[in-house]
Amino acid sequence: MGAEQIETKWIGKRIVRPDGVDKVTGRANFGADLRLPGMLEAKILRSPHAHARIKSIDTSKAEALPGVLSVVTAKDFPEVSGMADAGEAQVNFADLSRNVMAREKALYDGHAVAAVAATSASIATEALSLIEVEYEVLPHVIDVEEAMKPDAPLLHDDLFTKNVDPKPDKPSNVAQRLEFGAGDIDKGFGEADVIVERTFRTAATHQGYIEPHAAVAEWTEDGQSRIWCSSQGQFAVRDMTTTLLGIDHANLKVTPAEIGGGFGGKTTIYLEPVALLLSRKTGRPVRAVMSREEVFRGSGPTSGSVVRTKIGMRNSGEITAAELGLKYEAGAFPGSPAMAGCMTAFACYDIENAKVVGYDVVSNRAKCAAYRAPGAPMTAFAVESVLDELAEKIGVDPIDLRLKNAAKEGTRALYGAKFKQIGFEETLKAAKDHPHYSAPLGPNQGRAIACGFWFNIGGESTANVNVNMDGTVTVVSPNPDIGGSRASMVLMAAEVLGINPDRIRITIGDTASIGYSGLTGGSRVTFAVGMAVVDASKQVVTQLCERAAQIWEVDVEGVEWRDGAAHPASSNVGDFDPLSLEKIAAQSAKLGGTITGAAAINARGAGPGFATHICDVEVDKGTGRVDVVRYTAIQDAGRAIHPGYVEGQMQGGVAQGVGWALNEEYIFDDKGRLENPGFLDYRMPVTSDLPMIDTQIIEVPNPFHPYGVRGVGEVPIVPPLAAVASAVSQVVGKRMDQLPLSPPRVLDAIDG
Amino acid sequence: MTKQHITTSVNGESVEYLCEAQQTLLDVLRDELGLTGTKEGCSTGDCGACSVIVDGNVVCSCLMLGAEAEGRQIETIEGMATADQLHPLQKQFLEQASLQCGFCTPGFLVAAKALLDKNPDPTETEIRFWLAGNLCRCTGYDKIVRAVQDAAAEMRGA
Repeated sequence: MGAEQIETKWIGKRIVRPDGVDKVTGRANFGADLRLPGMLEAKILRSPHAHARIKSIDTSKAEALPGVLSVVTAKDFPEVSGMADAGEAQVNFADLSRNVMAREKALYDGHAVAAVAATSASIATEALSLIEVEYEVLPHVIDVEEAMKPDAPLLHDDLFTKNVDPKPDKPSNVAQRLEFGAGDIDKGFGEADVIVERTFRTAATHQGYIEPHAAVAEWTEDGQSRIWCSSQGQFAVRDMTTTLLGIDHANLKVTPAEIGGGFGGKTTIYLEPVALLLSRKTGRPVRAVMSREEVFRGSGPTSGSVVRTKIGMRNSGEITAAELGLKYEAGAFPGSPAMAGCMTAFACYDIENAKVVGYDVVSNRAKCAAYRAPGAPMTAFAVESVLDELAEKIGVDPIDLRLKNAAKEGTRALYGAKFKQIGFEETLKAAKDHPHYSAPLGPNQGRAIACGFWFNIGGESTANVNVNMDGTVTVVSPNPDIGGSRASMVLMAAEVLGINPDRIRITIGDTASIGYSGLTGGSRVTFAVGMAVVDASKQVVTQLCERAAQIWEVDVEGVEWRDGAAHPASSNVGDFDPLSLEKIAAQSAKLGGTITGAAAINARGAGPGFATHICDVEVDKGTGRVDVVRYTAIQDAGRAIHPGYVEGQMQGGVAQGVGWALNEEYIFDDKGRLENPGFLDYRMPVTSDLPMIDTQIIEVPNPFHPYGVRGVGEVPIVPPLAAVASAVSQVVGKRMDQLPLSPPRVLDAIDG
Repeated sequence: MTKQHITTSVNGESVEYLCEAQQTLLDVLRDELGLTGTKEGCSTGDCGACSVIVDGNVVCSCLMLGAEAEGRQIETIEGMATADQLHPLQKQFLEQASLQCGFCTPGFLVAAKALLDKNPDPTETEIRFWLAGNLCRCTGYDKIVRAVQDAAAEMRGA
């Protein structure tokens, strides 16, 4: 009943990406690269306090500075309300508006409170120092567990915990409680021979894209406006910005710039409505670009977390019960990935008795944003670490232990889905057979494995495929290309059309040039937008066959398309020479006009992704420094359309996960100010920190995609936290349950 | 604000510009000369996205003032390919899928070129330490290091 791998000519080829030359020559235009005539530069004033009431803002001195054309504050934004979906998250517009520009209170160090447009960046910066904000500094809270206490400083006096019975009569910082489960955990733990219970902590980490947020906005006298910016979705930018400013969708055209990394962090807006308001007030185009410090202080990291988990097991290795409780930092407004953390926690395993409880908690930190498999790495860190400990306790190989409990086709996951064809067991078996798993370890080295799951999503997707008169083809994709998706789209179009990919060019459309499509996120583009490209390409093939039938004067059933040409389908339609795409295209004007396909689908059936990683570390017992010395990532991609970019996703996810495990964390002083808002002190992995990262792509096709594709972008960041920490635990002889594994923390473990 | 008049050489061409005293070389390249291939990722010299070659040495252009460029020889990403030929590093980056978002790529290419200009046969460790000043968040560096190794081999005629 499983889908089989389809024979293909172009899919699986490592072609040079269509946008490649622009990106190696410096021609590609990213968010900050556009310069319009008369353009002003905007700068944002940010709160120096973690929590403060804004009593007044006096902008008069700033406005009087020569070269300053306008200053805006929250007063310039309308009050808005309502909710909307955005990728894997929900947007609350009242919160979004207040996050873009603080209104009643500044809720975190770095919260925007005013913005200036001036004729030069240096004048705009000088003007910021002339804005007088009167703050009433309030007590603040940073830590998630501190924020949950009844006497904690309150961020929002209208926030009442959702999903608790009875409904609370007092506001708190706990935005929501989540709970679900299956079976009977008391019975399950009663059947266990061994139980391990432990609490794990992770620090808030930033997506760390190298390109800071940037936008250029231009308002025109008739109310039509334009924004050029880098984002993970021009449609999301348009819809959020127009909602915040109360303008029609059709009156804002958002043109996607190339995007210098996002990882979820560019699925929301910060600068766009501010720049557009400044443009409206000045009648000039306005550019706003964040500094790196602003990116760290003012844009969203992912949640820091406290995750307690308890797993019971028979001596045979069978899990009898599992329980997990998580507390996630949302930042200043509700909306941590607590739900996804809960849903993914045990998704790799077939567990009869389980219970998961989660809390979404606000505190005086920048509002969190999506970060690659949002919420999943933290619970996987806890669950995979405890499984590692259980394997050791009962003396079973950690891969065998997982194979014994692995989710497979037909397994109903705790979060509700019944898995179709999935490749989890295949990744485990490949890990067991991999030479890495049996290679000898050196002194002070440890090895561990860990697994990961991500749902992957589909959703609204569009594509246009246009045939030119000379037989070349132009594809319009609606989704920003962050990691090579143009190449995948071209390969799929080439496969359907039967022509060489170098005959196909691709562009990313602006919001006025193609129909709405969801964000580039959720590992959905190659899957869902790919399906739209396949659909539109098939429409083109249908039209090409119809034109051939016209030329041959036969029924269209008598024509079939293969190898880039129309062929007579059977002997009874006569003997014709094949008609190539070029030949048909050249006659298109005479035969009914342009040949074009336009698809608009709501893609369903995104195949879930699974991965198993093997990690070797070496610990310097004198300094506590940890080096990852060998790493192998094995993942089910369904079908790798462009294997080079699939491997790249796997390697990049591993590198981010290793950074999360070893180095990266937000550090606050006692006033709640971020102490490390720069790459020197927020230490992301550099080239000399990492080894080569081996990859093995498993292909268990997703039956819902024409070529078997599953999303691949997010799964690879899920296993590394536990893989690294468990490997370090092997060396130091103590379970490492708190990240990052900075040298002092590792030394403490070594010294007991 | 009085601007300073600077004469320098960028990618072999003589260039003159006016700059404010506090403008960095990066600001000048991007905003005054329109050479936006050089990127700003941090403005503190920590990410290498703004790498350029000045008199043969790779520098972060965000750490050098525009006024300091007087009389220098500056090479940027825009000067790396000729009209019909990519540099072997550029070609290898494309063939090996060594870039994902492409934002750090100009900086990596410029820094790697400076390495190969000095050391045509670097070891993996030498490559990794030379490029440790360039941050990439997408690739995990694996494919970047391999592309530099293979470009070096190609340039040696190996």
